[in-house]
Amino acid sequence: MNDHDNNLPAVPEGDEPVPNPGLPPHHWRPTDVDPKAEKRAERQVAAFFGVATVALLGFFVSYFAFQVGDNWDTIAGLGASNLMLGLTLAIAFLCIGIGLIHWARKLMTDQEIVELRHPAASSEEDRSTSVGLVLQGVDDSGIGRRPLVRNSLLGALGLVGLAPIIMLRDLGPLPGDKLLHTIWKPGMRVVRDVVGTPIHVSDLEIGDLVNAEPAAIFELDDEGHHVVEGVELQIAKSKGAVILLRMEPGEITPWKGRENWSVEGIVCFSKICTHVGCPISLNERTKHHLLCPCHQSTFDLADNGKVIFGPAARHLPQLPIEVDDEGYLVAQSDFTEPVGPSFWERDKT
Amino acid sequence: MRLLNRQLNGLAGRVSRHRRRPLAGLLVLLLGLLLTGTVYAAFSPSSATAGAAESDTEQIAKGRQLFLVGCAFCHGQNGEGVRAQRDGNIIGPPLVGVGAAAVDFQVGTGRMPMAQPGAQVKAKAPVYNADEIAALAAYVASLGPGPAIPDAGDYSLEGLSDQEREEAIVRGGQIFLTNCTACHNFEGSGGAMPRGGYAPKIRGVEPRYIYEAMLTGPQSMDVFSNGNLSPDEKRDVIAYLQSLENQPNYGGFGLGGLGPVSEGLAAWLLGIGACVGFAVWIAAHTTRTSKGNVSA
Repeated sequence: MNDHDNNLPAVPEGDEPVPNPGLPPHHWRPTDVDPKAEKRAERQVAAFFGVATVALLGFFVSYFAFQVGDNWDTIAGLGASNLMLGLTLAIAFLCIGIGLIHWARKLMTDQEIVELRHPAASSEEDRSTSVGLVLQGVDDSGIGRRPLVRNSLLGALGLVGLAPIIMLRDLGPLPGDKLLHTIWKPGMRVVRDVVGTPIHVSDLEIGDLVNAEPAAIFELDDEGHHVVEGVELQIAKSKGAVILLRMEPGEITPWKGRENWSVEGIVCFSKICTHVGCPISLNERTKHHLLCPCHQSTFDLADNGKVIFGPAARHLPQLPIEVDDEGYLVAQSDFTEPVGPSFWERDKT
Repeated sequence: MRLLNRQLNGLAGRVSRHRRRPLAGLLVLLLGLLLTGTVYAAFSPSSATAGAAESDTEQIAKGRQLFLVGCAFCHGQNGEGVRAQRDGNIIGPPLVGVGAAAVDFQVGTGRMPMAQPGAQVKAKAPVYNADEIAALAAYVASLGPGPAIPDAGDYSLEGLSDQEREEAIVRGGQIFLTNCTACHNFEGSGGAMPRGGYAPKIRGVEPRYIYEAMLTGPQSMDVFSNGNLSPDEKRDVIAYLQSLENQPNYGGFGLGGLGPVSEGLAAWLLGIGACVGFAVWIAAHTTRTSKGNVSA
């Protein structure tokens, strides 16, 4: 005997190590022993169901009495129709629920019931009968003796399984190089979002921020229809959205090769966060810090869109801009890197 | 008269009986202050009449006096700005070229004079009256060219047909949702900004101050100069904000229009709180009695 066994408590005589304490004595409820209390509880339950009935009648009345739309501040500054429909229905459900619970607690039977636990497995006899039936079925069908039937069946079932898989092809086509490019082209004007007007260099003062878009998404053909339209328009707009910011030219510290990407202190960056693609324009003018509202990634727009805080892993793509003959801001080229969140093939091309 | 005297004597007697109570001194002090204030208000020249006849030069001179007393400590005696000698941080930014609109906004909304330095200057009750603000604005505007205080006509929809008004509100809404919502929330309820800053609530703010804020970009806000958002576009934004005031609230309580923050809080505290309360009630063993069973 080692120390471990010595430390164990002594096993008492008998079948069970601890004597079965049995159920505690049953305590009766007032409604079980007092007929008056029972009657009272019955009336209370009925009263809850009665209130629910009245509330539901109120629901029907309010449905017909209050018109939707023209009475949005009738009752306490809230709409009459919505308010009364919701309120009466809420009262009805609440009272039905409370009534049911009250009924169960006070009046329904309250005896403890004991059910002993049995082994989960079936008896030996049942199991051998079942296995026998299956084996007899295999034997009767003759699937083991007729390999031609078996193999042709397996072949057909395999193709059935392939059928839904081939339909997944409709999820495509694969994006190809769409993720790498936006609608920006060399010489395309940067225009104000919503109104679509081009932006002259002299329009902007230091500290100005413009939410801008590529001119192509506002372009109309001879009949006044959008040249880019429908889903294509939405995609072009969401990928091409930019913000323009004018700051003191001396504050900008361009990376090598980006020295001529700004115009007189005006810089242009993608508006799509490189983390998961939220549109960002929460800019702090005095610090040039652009904050993404989704996960607080912060980019320094005076320093090439560098990430200075938050989960974004890549700097904000900068759109190189210049001035056209009439003095309006235009793109020098498309973005030199994919905009928006990272993706698997991003750096593999 | 004799009756009055007797009553006054009686009053004096009562007062003297209570004079040694601790509150008596305070009461006398308050009465004295009240009297002084009333007399001063009665005899001091009314500010409304004084401002009307001033020429520009006088107004600027008056503004300079006010500036030297109330603003020059941080902004410098000629509005050139003050930097801390130790680390070069700006104590008060230079005011040359900020224009009258900036002064009208900052002083008119009570942000300036600043009560204490911090992450953000709060709006409070204005310290100066309208004439003094006008004088300060005139003085600061004289330091260098900058945006002027907008006229009421710049941001009112007067003179537009109903259809034009509707179009203006729709356009203003789109401009607002594109340019302003990021910081100020989709219905202008304001929001948090990094490092203790915040974008203030802009509902219920006077249109003039909204216009001036766009024009001048107070504190960390970007500038939306007239070249950036044209005066008409600014007017439309203001029209949209005002249309929000009359917007039907079909959904019931708006909970401040703060979106998921206040709605989530209400759902967690009220909704789940009520569920927990019901669960406790359902499981509570309050229906038991120790009386024996009568029949059962």
